[in-house]
Amino acid sequence: MAELTYRDAVARGIAQEMSRDPDVVFLGEDVAAAGGVFKTTVGLLEQFGPQRVRDTPISEQAILGAAMGAAMTGLKPIAEIMFSDFFAVCFDYLANQFPKSRYMTAGQVKCPLVVRTANGASVRFGAQHSQSVENWVMMIPGLKVVAPSTPVDVVGLLAASVRDPDPVIFLEHKGLYATKGEVPDREIVDSLGTARIVRPGKNATILALALMVPRAVAAAEKLQAEHGIDCEVIDVRSLVPLDTRTILDSVSRTSRVFTVEENPRLCGWGAELASLIAEEAFFKLDGPPVRITTPHIPLPASDRLEDLALPSVDRIAETVRRSLEA
Amino acid sequence: MASQPTQAGRLQPKAANGAGAADISKDVRLRLYRLQVEIRESEQRAYDLFLQNLVKGTSHLSLGQEAVAAGFAAAMEPGDLTFCTYRGHAHTLARGTPAEKVLGELMGRDNGLLRGKGGSMHLTSVEHGVMGSYAIVGAHIPIACGAAWRAQYKGAKDVTVCFFGDGTTNIGSFHEGLNLAVIWKLPVVFVCENNLYMEYTPISEVTAVDAPAAGRASAYGLECPVIDGQDADEVYRTAVAAIQKARSGGGPSLIECRTYRYSGHSRADPAKYRPAGELDRWKERDPIKVYRARLLELGMSEESLAEIERTAKSQVDEATEKCKAAPPPPADLLLTDVYADGGSAWRN
Repeated sequence: MAELTYRDAVARGIAQEMSRDPDVVFLGEDVAAAGGVFKTTVGLLEQFGPQRVRDTPISEQAILGAAMGAAMTGLKPIAEIMFSDFFAVCFDYLANQFPKSRYMTAGQVKCPLVVRTANGASVRFGAQHSQSVENWVMMIPGLKVVAPSTPVDVVGLLAASVRDPDPVIFLEHKGLYATKGEVPDREIVDSLGTARIVRPGKNATILALALMVPRAVAAAEKLQAEHGIDCEVIDVRSLVPLDTRTILDSVSRTSRVFTVEENPRLCGWGAELASLIAEEAFFKLDGPPVRITTPHIPLPASDRLEDLALPSVDRIAETVRRSLEA
Repeated sequence: MASQPTQAGRLQPKAANGAGAADISKDVRLRLYRLQVEIRESEQRAYDLFLQNLVKGTSHLSLGQEAVAAGFAAAMEPGDLTFCTYRGHAHTLARGTPAEKVLGELMGRDNGLLRGKGGSMHLTSVEHGVMGSYAIVGAHIPIACGAAWRAQYKGAKDVTVCFFGDGTTNIGSFHEGLNLAVIWKLPVVFVCENNLYMEYTPISEVTAVDAPAAGRASAYGLECPVIDGQDADEVYRTAVAAIQKARSGGGPSLIECRTYRYSGHSRADPAKYRPAGELDRWKERDPIKVYRARLLELGMSEESLAEIERTAKSQVDEATEKCKAAPPPPADLLLTDVYADGGSAWRN
């Protein structure tokens, strides 16, 4: 068991899979010689060589297109898009190509690839390098969407994504790269479509993703300490496939549910969950589902303004307290 | 606006064109003729079936462009890969996909290539090396690069051939893909079918250079042959050279074939924007008519060519009847093959 940063866990996960399977290849901008602009892929070029770890031009369409062509003819590519905001310049592959190829060809074409990207705010990069775009990809039939919150989940979910036969969008969170956690030395393989109860509780369920998970846990501790409110926190981990069983079971026990979402409000992932819970667990609820989100705004750069935009520990705790006391 | 095919560009294959050239075997020439005739029959039938409302949706025909598809398909080996656009019926047929499978797909029947799930613009037949028809302009240029990258990485000897229209040369993915192919020295051949119109607009009115593909190739360090896409021999020779170069590790090529589509851009387009007489001038150089005359001049018998024509027609007739009799896809197909487990479940 070693303590690893979330950042180092990325390289660890990629290396684990590249060591196992020679068909796993890795491409992206500045990923090889430079080790990634977030230093998430340091050492991979040295370990696996330039044929398997390839620097590309600033050509997001070429990166994703090449990954798809390689995937449909037998490789298992991992493609990096440096910032998830850049999905907007290669969205054709995410929306039209990867997810539809199998369906349109009645199963002839397969697209087993992983797109890794740095998602989310808290690093003061402004409106075009800080977005949480999980809702952009969650809505597309044919994609799978994963967002780990801990170093061990980075390794295990990345391994599961590489081994998955479908295209997987793997959303790393920029604000978590420096965080640390215990990671066993052995091979780690998790499974997609599994949420995790990270803090059991009985008064309310808080659903969170990525950077919002540690904030939700901190809010739950604060609510417990200051108000005696005992919240269950669930790390959703995988938006597609979605572990509705764990979520509905928790909501049925606690009778209240809150989502903590970094994406802007409209059509955020929590809207789908709130709707699903309303449809399937309405009579177990003691109050309405409540969504705690970034407002419907582009993200500002200033630390003061960015901090106001994202759900904070205090905002989460206060929203839960007021809702339960209402 | 260029309304006639240009002369061949500066980097032509060495062999002489036209009648008398002995570099192409009789068997290959008969195959080139047969492929063109089969494509013509099938495309003409697709058009007729529209008029009967048996083909729904849209469709983009290659009538007039048969020599490009035939010339490349004849130069490709089994295992080589084809990527094409929504104007892809001809390339799909040229690799050996049965007409019944293509027409069945156009008609939305269960016997179609994609069981009715893809339609005209997405014809794919992996078993014939047809890795897809791509309906978003330019998307498949980088995808073809990826397939070629796999061959290079695995040490496989297959070559990827990527067809696209003149309109594709003005979209970003074309340039991203060309650059990647060159810097990675990928075994891919890019083939522009320049039929002079990007949808409804003359390509020359919206493009900075005279030759939309070849005129950009030099920017990527590629040779830039412009060839007569109405001459199956010229296409074949150029294809053989480019494919050989790719297969032997020489990297990518780009070829611009000057050609012409006889119908409009799609089913909805009567092509009224064409100047009077242009279509007739191109039909004087109809690729099948020209090639037939050449084969007769080379000593092939009228009967052997007539037999190819009869066989092609009867095959398409037979395919048509099978498609008309085929059922629509079953309802349960709707929710299959979204994910690799065969279904569409997104939750537990």
